[in-house]
Amino acid sequence: MVDITDAVFIAAAVVTVGGAIAALEAREIIYGAVGLAGSFFGVASLFFLLDAPFVAVFQITVYIGAVAVLILFTVMLVREEGWFKDSPKALAQAAGVVTAVALALSLVLSFTGSALANAPLQASAPSFVGIGQILTGQFGPILEVLALVLAASVLGAMALAKVEREGSP
Amino acid sequence: MIALSDYLAVSGGLFAVGVYGLVTKRNAMRLVFSVEVLVNAANINFIAFNRFLWPAALGQTVVLFSIALAAAEAAVILAIVVVAYRIHDDVDVSQLKNLKG
Repeated sequence: MVDITDAVFIAAAVVTVGGAIAALEAREIIYGAVGLAGSFFGVASLFFLLDAPFVAVFQITVYIGAVAVLILFTVMLVREEGWFKDSPKALAQAAGVVTAVALALSLVLSFTGSALANAPLQASAPSFVGIGQILTGQFGPILEVLALVLAASVLGAMALAKVEREGSP
Repeated sequence: MIALSDYLAVSGGLFAVGVYGLVTKRNAMRLVFSVEVLVNAANINFIAFNRFLWPAALGQTVVLFSIALAAAEAAVILAIVVVAYRIHDDVDVSQLKNLKG
């Protein structure tokens, strides 16, 4: 008997991995971006199942709200033929599939075979309060540095993408 | 009851898909997709280990940092891809040889 949590888990796992495969294999790169957003959403529902609602909502806001939309925007803004062609050689394709299957098998088998596989749940899930305390206490300096990194990367992206025109100041 | 190994299995599968993309694809946008998929696979591991093995919210905090960094990284990579396209009229990474040593 499959209860509702298991059903949600299976659905989230299928959406996550299927969305990632669709992102890489969709013929149009636009559909690929939509598949990637679906994959992010599946990961967010896995976070909900793991009692991490704050991180799940953060994932939805940042990944689906910002990263996926940014990718979609970039692809549609520069809507040129060159963006859509992707023709890997058959040999490379086969090598990639073999590598991926071998990697997936080895990872899954080592995970399921390890002593951690049946670790019991912690008695209580980590709370928002804990996140706040760690973020402002122990990780405070890192938070500051991260703010600088974000500012620098956005400024760098804008400076890179800026179109230089003749005669403009 | 969903065990820790189930979450780890999903994460391993996602990671394998990302590696497949990195190995086979030559379109720069697909490579960006692959990198994002890999980061997500790692994040699932952090949250799962946090829930099963550690009482404090350390793993969740690390994932918050990881998500923010991935967003910054995506912005920079997309800008670089746009510039490379403007220069080369192509986003096939095997054609971008300016930095070849």
